[in-house]
Amino acid sequence: MLSILADASSSLFFPPEQSTFAADVDGLFDFIYYLSAFFFIAIIAVMILFVLRYHRRKGHVEQPSASHNEVLEITWSVIPSILVGFIFFYGFTKYLDMREPPDNAYEIQVIAKQWSWQFIYPNGADSDELHIPVNQPVRFILQSSDVLHSFYIPAFRIKMDCVPQRYTNTWVIAKDITGEGKDNSEHKPYDLFCAEYCGKDHSRMLAKVYVHEQSDFDAWLEDAANYLEGKTPEEGGKLAFEKKGCTQCHSVTGDNSAKYAGPPLNGQWGTERSVIARGASSPENVVMDENYIRESVREPNAKVVVGRKPIMPVFTPQQLKDNEITAIIAYLKSLK
Amino acid sequence: MATITPDTQIDIGHNDDPNSNYLTSSHGFLSWAFTLDHKRIGVMYLVGIFSSFFLGGIMALLLRLHLFLPDGLFPPSIIDNDTYNQLFTLHGAIMTFLFIIPSIPAALGNFVLPLMVGAKDVAFPRMNLASFHLWVLGGIFFVIALVTTRLDTGWTFYTPYSIQTSTNVIAATIGAFILGFSSIFTGLNFIVTVNTMRPPGMSWFKMPLFMWAIYATAIIQILATPVLGITLLLLMAERILQIGIFNPALGGDPILFQHFFWFYSHPAVYIMILPAMGIISELMSVYSRKPIFGYTFIAYSSIAIALLGFLVWGHHMFVSGQSPMTAVIFSGLTFSVSIPSAIKVFNWLATMYKGNINLATPMCYALSFIFLFSIGGLTGLFLGALATDIHLHDTYFVVAHFHYVMMGGTVIAFVGGLYHWWPKMFGVMYNEMFGRLFCLVVFIGFNLTFFPQFIMGSRGMPRRYATYVPEYEIFHQLSTIGAIVLGLGMVGAVTVLIVSLFNGRKAPANPWGAATLEWTCTSPPPYYNFEHAPAVGSPYDFSDLKYDPQVGGFVKDPAAANKPKPSSHH
Repeated sequence: MLSILADASSSLFFPPEQSTFAADVDGLFDFIYYLSAFFFIAIIAVMILFVLRYHRRKGHVEQPSASHNEVLEITWSVIPSILVGFIFFYGFTKYLDMREPPDNAYEIQVIAKQWSWQFIYPNGADSDELHIPVNQPVRFILQSSDVLHSFYIPAFRIKMDCVPQRYTNTWVIAKDITGEGKDNSEHKPYDLFCAEYCGKDHSRMLAKVYVHEQSDFDAWLEDAANYLEGKTPEEGGKLAFEKKGCTQCHSVTGDNSAKYAGPPLNGQWGTERSVIARGASSPENVVMDENYIRESVREPNAKVVVGRKPIMPVFTPQQLKDNEITAIIAYLKSLK
Repeated sequence: MATITPDTQIDIGHNDDPNSNYLTSSHGFLSWAFTLDHKRIGVMYLVGIFSSFFLGGIMALLLRLHLFLPDGLFPPSIIDNDTYNQLFTLHGAIMTFLFIIPSIPAALGNFVLPLMVGAKDVAFPRMNLASFHLWVLGGIFFVIALVTTRLDTGWTFYTPYSIQTSTNVIAATIGAFILGFSSIFTGLNFIVTVNTMRPPGMSWFKMPLFMWAIYATAIIQILATPVLGITLLLLMAERILQIGIFNPALGGDPILFQHFFWFYSHPAVYIMILPAMGIISELMSVYSRKPIFGYTFIAYSSIAIALLGFLVWGHHMFVSGQSPMTAVIFSGLTFSVSIPSAIKVFNWLATMYKGNINLATPMCYALSFIFLFSIGGLTGLFLGALATDIHLHDTYFVVAHFHYVMMGGTVIAFVGGLYHWWPKMFGVMYNEMFGRLFCLVVFIGFNLTFFPQFIMGSRGMPRRYATYVPEYEIFHQLSTIGAIVLGLGMVGAVTVLIVSLFNGRKAPANPWGAATLEWTCTSPPPYYNFEHAPAVGSPYDFSDLKYDPQVGGFVKDPAAANKPKPSSHH
């Protein structure tokens, strides 16, 4: 009976349990939930009972009663103390399990930046969506390239802040695959949210989480590492542009509105742009060419387009390889 | 007049007509702006904080309306992500710093506390006035931030974002810094007043519990607020001089900022809730006509909450990257603070036992408080436990939890206290039927607004989102509808009070049959509060108060006064 009730509370209050931690977390949640519900109903029932019995009406007067009762008061101090001690104990033992990854965990580097996620795999592949193998401990090494972010996957019940200039980590074992094969269209991915407020597009800093069978994951990983292979430079550049999160801030349709933090990039190649160089107070003109693009990726705030804020994140060679920049340049050239 | 001699107080245009009260004793803007009378300062605070509440409330309604649809109800030309971020930041900052921290201590406390000790003012009237002027000055800086480039850091000013954003962080932090002094002045004044000005016969354990609550609050105000001041100064220095205290790019530590910030801001939660608990203790007793149950436990629990409240700040940082050991210690300490709160709830319930419960408007708010505060307190258990907090941290579950505590707790108690003391403050009775009706509307609107947020939060909806994935839409829509009902209820509740100023029946000295000293002077109180220094009795002994239909209120029953008193523990 209790387990049926527990399931009912979990399905109302929680997304499905998709990690090995989730059942523990939900179990503790349910325990606190039923304990709280019991005390809450008891408190309100007593309150209503007293109001009904003792409310002011003709002929009713207050009756003497003790103004304190030490046995009663100590009882209702000690019993809640024991109960919360129990909650504390379970809360922290489960938490320690969640903080201790096994030695053989598969490691994925996570870089959070305003306002996208980048996942870098041991073979050098990277992506803006998270792919992991099922039933395998996966450890995430978290870092941030600008402000605080927080890595949050509700389906796994994990969350950890990403702190600039510091590594934090969390880990998970996914219980179920999100779909068959390596093709995204066959999957129903989970949501990955940024949970620490990080500026303008905090609420758009989302990613999808795909859980694969090991063999599908290996195939996906292989393709991801070599995604530029067999593509024309323009095609590859378009892929790179999307994968690295450039589309979060740059329109390629000429949209110059505040919806995009950066200037639109289509039809700009070879034209002059008015920029403010770092430290300068007056604008100057530069031509949008190969060198300007490269500089803007590696050192974004060296020359910022007039009217835009200096908020573009730095892309290190680890995050964006030279051949990817070359491909992006080819793509930008092709944009009308 | 003979027993109380005017000291060196200088009040502009004060007249000595014995029939005048503090409202009519002098006229004109200056007689209010530079008054040293705690009652007028309390009334000015009341006007000020309700203006702030209104401003913050409008922002809350805009936020909630915007969240009616996943991509926002208003087009980006009206509310884009930047505007949304500024709105929630200023909603939080205004509600916290300008409204809820000063609400009960500075407005109601200022008015009531000196009356409760039978004194003519607080210990330092000039400092009291200065605290209000500082509040206005701090508020001006917030308005500057609002009308210039605004502020988009969240009310917590977390670094390094607050160092990098181009919005007006400096104006807002100067504002919060100044408001800190205002809060410290209020706290100091209350501590000295309670310590030195209690009348003969009012020992510590014969003080009304509201005084205990205000005293415990004042301890937190003067010990914790300086830490916020220093933190904000360091933040300003960091922004202007790039020193490298909090900015990791310069070798600083952003987690250090969080420690400093919450070292103030967690105790600040108790600055907000402790006075509310004090009000509820008064209301439960007066409207049940029973001595408060377990006076000593309630009094000590206020002090326990004030002290333990200093030790739990790290529970805001369980996922910040602090060490697991630190997290475990803070989690354990956090649970310790839940016990004194639970004790109070049980004591309030026991107070109603065998009473004669008058369901007047203030009592309706008190019962509403117990319902909402119980939910707020119990949901804190989910957040104190580490394993569940990892999932719930920074989601709407937290938003719902602290609104149940802060708004369902403090604001409801504040409004209940305001209804309770309104006849004393302005000498008029309000319409009971409308008072109770809007209390019910507020209660329904409140639960409809915030209960769905528990569900969507535990389902993963992060807080501070201008847009969201569609699966949370139904919860947001319920919440938005609730917010409109809640808004109407609050406007109604305030309107009932304002209307009473114009057509309310004249209030007797003691309309509720309360036994604390403020009900022994006329309503509204005379300029010097009391014609004669009042005799101190037990604050919760109602046996010699009798309803007199001619007066429309309670008077001392001469028959009861001569009868031997039943022995009382307090």
